[in-house]
Amino acid sequence: MLSIRNLHAEVEGVEILKGIDLEIKAGEVHAIMGPNGSGKSTLAKVLAGHPSYEVTEGEIIYNGEDLLEMEPDERARRGVFMAFQYPVEIPGVSNSMLMREAYNEVRKEHGLDPLDPLEFEDYVADKLKLLDMDVRFMDRNVNAGFSGGEKKRNEILQMAVLNPRLALLDETDSGLDIDALRIVSEGINKLASGENAVMLVTHYQRILNYITPDFVHVLVRGRIHRSGGKELALELEEHGYDWITADTEVNGEAGS
Amino acid sequence: MSDTQTIEKLVKQPYKYGFKTNIEYEHFPKGLNEDIVNLISDIKEEPAFVREFRLKAYRHWAKMKDPLWANIRYPRINYDDIQFYSAPRLKPQLNSLDEVDPEILDTYEKLGIPLSEQKMLAGVAVDAVFDSVSVATTFKEKLADAGVVFCSISEAIKKYPDLIKEYMGSVVPYTDNFYAAMNSAVFSDGSFCYVPKGVVSPMELSTYFRINNEESGQFERTLIIAEEDSYVSYLEGCTAPMFSRNQLHAAVVELVALDRAQIKYSTVQNWYSGDEKGVGGIFNFVTKRGLCKGHHSKISWTQVETGSAITWKYPSVIMKGDHSTGEFYSVAVTNDLMEADTGTKMIHLGKNTNSTIISKGIAAGKSQNSYRGLVRIGPKAEYSRNYSVCDSMLIGDRCGAHTFPYLEAKNNTSSVEHEATTSKIGEDQIFYLQQRGLDEENAVSLIINGFCKEVFKELPMEFAVEAVKLLGIKLEGSVG
Ligand SMILES: Nc1ncnc2c1ncn2[C@@H]1O[C@H](COP(=O)(O)OP(=O)(O)OP(=O)(O)O)[C@@H](O)[C@H]1O
Ligand SMILES: [Mg+2]
Repeated sequence: MLSIRNLHAEVEGVEILKGIDLEIKAGEVHAIMGPNGSGKSTLAKVLAGHPSYEVTEGEIIYNGEDLLEMEPDERARRGVFMAFQYPVEIPGVSNSMLMREAYNEVRKEHGLDPLDPLEFEDYVADKLKLLDMDVRFMDRNVNAGFSGGEKKRNEILQMAVLNPRLALLDETDSGLDIDALRIVSEGINKLASGENAVMLVTHYQRILNYITPDFVHVLVRGRIHRSGGKELALELEEHGYDWITADTEVNGEAGS
Repeated sequence: MSDTQTIEKLVKQPYKYGFKTNIEYEHFPKGLNEDIVNLISDIKEEPAFVREFRLKAYRHWAKMKDPLWANIRYPRINYDDIQFYSAPRLKPQLNSLDEVDPEILDTYEKLGIPLSEQKMLAGVAVDAVFDSVSVATTFKEKLADAGVVFCSISEAIKKYPDLIKEYMGSVVPYTDNFYAAMNSAVFSDGSFCYVPKGVVSPMELSTYFRINNEESGQFERTLIIAEEDSYVSYLEGCTAPMFSRNQLHAAVVELVALDRAQIKYSTVQNWYSGDEKGVGGIFNFVTKRGLCKGHHSKISWTQVETGSAITWKYPSVIMKGDHSTGEFYSVAVTNDLMEADTGTKMIHLGKNTNSTIISKGIAAGKSQNSYRGLVRIGPKAEYSRNYSVCDSMLIGDRCGAHTFPYLEAKNNTSSVEHEATTSKIGEDQIFYLQQRGLDEENAVSLIINGFCKEVFKELPMEFAVEAVKLLGIKLEGSVG
């Protein structure tokens, strides 16, 4: 579904991603871990097409097409979804208005008629239940005055509404209480099956108790230093990142 | 392309209403002096008291200087080079639409304001003012059945001289300011509306102003009187052709609400604003004021200002009656080199009076957008309250937004509350919406409409739709 080759990207002239290779297939869950500032959010934003990040080298092929050629909204309509680490507030725009617009864009892409507000209300009711969210959230302005955890939950609600092919979840687990973590994880699991894939950025092995990753990648200073199965997350929890950098520094430098 | 560039591109949508209608004009000399004032009064065959009003206003004006206190810069206006009256050549008495110049009917048709009643939006009566004269008023009979008078002010001067004598200049005296004095001397036409006691106007009333003549200014005067327990909602729309020279628009609007009466006055102003280099465009200097004369009366101003090279305008409410209410809801958009200095004055004189101010300024390009508001609670206006919110949004980093609130409370049982915010339309907000599949244009318009929501919801339905479209056109491509 997604193949990233030798991806280099910079922001304001500073290179952040320094040659990423990553292959994600339909049905897979990939966890991305790594120290603060290593480039995890940058990777997600580059995939989603944020205009501040410039790709200087490499390629990204998404379902056989050049992702870098597409505008961010086109990527979204083709099924790339990003749950933001810091979702922004949009005053005066209600959650239901945004989600209906967004969902109708996806429907249009698939040649379906748009849903009117009442039809959409029905459609969204199930998704709210799935995430144990009150229907009143729909009338509130997008993220305005939401608590940290509510914002994260709202991101996953949008994901449930849009049913994306490729979900990029940036620290969705941070800030969630124990019950919310379980509920959100169940939501994500429902979506990650079959056709769809998930790239999950996280600092904590905790969420991986609910969502079993097929691969864990460790990003350090703009490069993937180690990839492995779910046991890698447990090892990291025990030994910290120094353990990875210490041994890959040698291999990394020697190999290049 | 960066977002900022895209936003700029969107803002640079061409002005849709910039065409000129080719019609014949009656000849009229330029400049302003007593002869000109007399000539206008002659043409209009006015009663002596109106001529007297004009002449007093002229003599007062001749002693005044242009106001220079607003936060706007503009070249000195040469008043000798302006034609103060301009009328399409037509038959002296218009009895039906058949007698209106077909070119003019066609113009309104193109502007989306068909004047034939079959084609009109049901429930909206229109007075069409073309340059200096009212060319048509629709649905007059239907309104007359309800007892509502809606006609041009010229007609009202002839038919209802007592009302004119009592109310014209009672809210905005000709001594009020430079442009009000000028208007009082040369006002050409405008709308008049009288709603009798206990009547709720059966339809929205609207006036559509069009400046067509390059040489002329437009100086209209509107007077609305709502008797006890009556209600009227009035809309005003404005456009002008694109000319490379500036044109002057100096209007006066007076509203009077008696006991328990309500007047809702809405404006969508889209005068030509000049090109991106600042050449041409309308200078819009307007005095609008409402008097809540009776107790429990209410006046609300709602305005969406998207045009004009320069706007200088402060729709105000004087709350004289006890328990009266004044409201001001405003969206002002500036782009390119436009300058707007707008706001309101809320003057509390009666007890238990309430006012609300919601102002949303949006600045793009290299424009300057200022809010100037005065809230004065007089010593006798006990237990009065004001609540003001002034939010500004900047698009790009070459424009400016300024807020000048003046607050005075002269008794200690009243309260004044003022909040102001300035935000930049964020790249991150746009990216967030794009990430949800909305294209950039859509994303920007959603953000802007969200920002203006509290004001748009005050507009009558058809106008709200129009306003949302206008903003989209004005700001297309300008946000990043
Ligand atoms: N817009 C920007 N301007 C300047 N520097 C930036 C910008 N965006 C990211 N960076 C820098 O790029 C580096 C990687 O940032 P990124 O947000 O990708 O890290 P991260 O791995 O997600 O970290 P965290 O775990 O703290 O979320 C950091 O040093 C950050 O300061
Ligand atoms: Mg991050």
